[in-house]
Amino acid sequence: MAETTSRTATRSIDTTNRSGSLGSDEQPASTQKITIAKALNLGLRTAMERDPKVLLLGEDIGKLGGVFRITDGLQKDFGEQRVMDTPLAESGIIGTAVGLAIRGYRPVCEIQFDGFIFPGFDQIVSQLAKLQFRTQGRVKMPVVIRVPFGGGIGAVEHHSESPESYFAHTAGLKVVACGNPVDAYWMIQQAIASDDPVLFFEPKRRYQDKAELDTSVQPIPLHSSRVLQEGSDVTVVCYGPMVRTCTDAARVAAEEGHRVELIDLRSLSPLDLNPVFESVRRTGRLVVVSEAPGQSSITSEIAAQVQQHCFYSLQAPVLRVTGFDTPYPPTKLEEEFLPDLERVLDAVERSLRW
Amino acid sequence: MSSPEYWTKPWPSSSAEKPPPPGSNQAAVAARPTAEQVIAGLRATSEGGPDLVQLLTPEGERVTHPHFDLDITPEELRSLYRDMVLVRRTDRECNALQRQGQLGIWVPLLGQEAAQIGAGRAMRPQDMAFPSYREHGVAWCRGIDPTDLLGIFRGTDHGTWDSQEKRFHPYTIVIGNQVLNAAGYAMGQRLDGKVGDGHQDDAEATIVFFGDGATSQGDVNEGFVWGAVYDAPVVFFCQNNQWAISEPMERQSRIPLYQRASGFGFPGIRVDGNDVLATLAVTRWALEECRSGNGPVLIEAFTYRMDAHTTSDDPTRYRLSDELEAWKLKDPIERVRVHLVRSQFADADFFAQVDAESDALAERLREFCINMPTPPADRIFSHVYSENSPVLDQQRDEFLDYLSKFEHAGGAL
Repeated sequence: MAETTSRTATRSIDTTNRSGSLGSDEQPASTQKITIAKALNLGLRTAMERDPKVLLLGEDIGKLGGVFRITDGLQKDFGEQRVMDTPLAESGIIGTAVGLAIRGYRPVCEIQFDGFIFPGFDQIVSQLAKLQFRTQGRVKMPVVIRVPFGGGIGAVEHHSESPESYFAHTAGLKVVACGNPVDAYWMIQQAIASDDPVLFFEPKRRYQDKAELDTSVQPIPLHSSRVLQEGSDVTVVCYGPMVRTCTDAARVAAEEGHRVELIDLRSLSPLDLNPVFESVRRTGRLVVVSEAPGQSSITSEIAAQVQQHCFYSLQAPVLRVTGFDTPYPPTKLEEEFLPDLERVLDAVERSLRW
Repeated sequence: MSSPEYWTKPWPSSSAEKPPPPGSNQAAVAARPTAEQVIAGLRATSEGGPDLVQLLTPEGERVTHPHFDLDITPEELRSLYRDMVLVRRTDRECNALQRQGQLGIWVPLLGQEAAQIGAGRAMRPQDMAFPSYREHGVAWCRGIDPTDLLGIFRGTDHGTWDSQEKRFHPYTIVIGNQVLNAAGYAMGQRLDGKVGDGHQDDAEATIVFFGDGATSQGDVNEGFVWGAVYDAPVVFFCQNNQWAISEPMERQSRIPLYQRASGFGFPGIRVDGNDVLATLAVTRWALEECRSGNGPVLIEAFTYRMDAHTTSDDPTRYRLSDELEAWKLKDPIERVRVHLVRSQFADADFFAQVDAESDALAERLREFCINMPTPPADRIFSHVYSENSPVLDQQRDEFLDYLSKFEHAGGAL
């Protein structure tokens, strides 16, 4: 950061159990307080109950319930044929899911960690993404690939990456990221119901974040972004694990008199940017936040699109707060690498000062 | 199926001499194969080894095999001959069309007709096939008109047949990808209860085709693992045509490919891939093993690519003409022709009729090819996703609008 900030004290702010401002103070009878991890588990269970063609495939997802316990109890209830503990090979998991989809199944693959998806990359971009186009719609690919992604959990190398831009760059794939328990519950079901292949990114360091889930409230479409908080001074766009970071930043900014309009993208491909354009036309300022490296990324796409569509509305250049264009660092440095509340607020301030 | 001595006796042994150290003056000398290496190479590519299953010799004589035999009528024999001739003619015509600029590229199957017709004819209608990109003969057996292959190579489409209806997956260009897809499909057949006793009438199997080069790919090995641990009804059908573009077999494996199966826990069989009867018998057996729940099975069809890898390739740069000459003597079609004549199963009229049919097919292919329309520009945007895509719709509309300006100006695109 070229500019310094006086807000170092806020680093210690208590942000536990605060998710994307979707809950309300009053709890309707049909709601339950639920973590992202449990919401995903519940969403998977609901999808499997609804459609016998839904299968889960992955390493350690059966008895163990997955390394993050997202599939906990599902093998016990649905059997080994519907919750398959697979051999340890990601290309095999995805390549056989492609075959199962051709056969009429709806496989949901779990990739244990983000950095392990690359052995399966070829099957994803060469077959999964292209079969529908190649066959002109005669073959559908209703496959979901769940990827716990992002850093902040103190893990070793290859366990903290944000590879979503590789997949958003590939036509034929859809890419989404949930940022709170309510979206986790609904979006996983919507992704499974989709006839297109969906890369489903889960913010692993937020798995234990809680929020109220009211299952009687119908969800918005899977590929819609959502305005989490309205504001008139500056627009902040984020997704996945950055939703909570930016929610906290927006709250601190409000305390200091800056009204942030906060948008959770939710869908990274296709991008639903109309709400972003509308917001920027009102605020004139945009900060895009992601922990993925910025180069040739989701954030650079948004910056390009906003300058194209909102050129005359911009009061400041689009600013980005991202991970650096480096490999993910060793754990003791990840707090420096990951965008935090301070860096987001710094960018908001710079945008406002422009 | 394999003899234990294979594990102690290297075969083929073409690497007896250690390579010279890098940078040594011997490097230039050693780059030329020694006489022993040439002989070993010829052995590796021309001899199938003692475990080769054969029912019809290159001289056209019917022989027996203790485990695999075939009860076949003269009519069926003639039908196999006809298939191979028509498929070869399709291949030669398409090769010519490429040379004349009508196809962008062609992938010749010359020499592999028996492997493909034998395997293709072993399938039941309900079985599913996953090809790579050379399986024109298998496509023929699945009832796909040869004209349906042209779009891929003329560049008008990625394959126009209905893969679900024909039960023949689209061609797969990336080496080995389809092996995993096939293993997954076969897992689905098992989940659907289409395998095993009590389901014999509607029992199903999957067969996947790949080459010797593909056996080096991770996906093929992962496909073997998945097939084995899930008891998937999948026949892994490797057409070992000896060359992966310019890379010979010795760049893929130290042991015969069929022996790899034992390391994965299922049977591996080497069949004379230039013998349509042996290929038919072995594949029929393997598919039945799968349908009854004893899969998977690996078949190595020992054959030879008589032409280039594709029309972009120049095999004279990397292989010996002696090798080609040796394999010409094992031609898959000639041996059936000789057998039909010797056994008086076919007369001159039959051969003339097949030749005439072959000429007519070639003419039809040519006419179809040169008249194939270029698809409209909006084909670029069609069926990328299963549902409407506003982003792509906008890109399409803008592009079509841009193109229309040229049309209004009278320009041709």
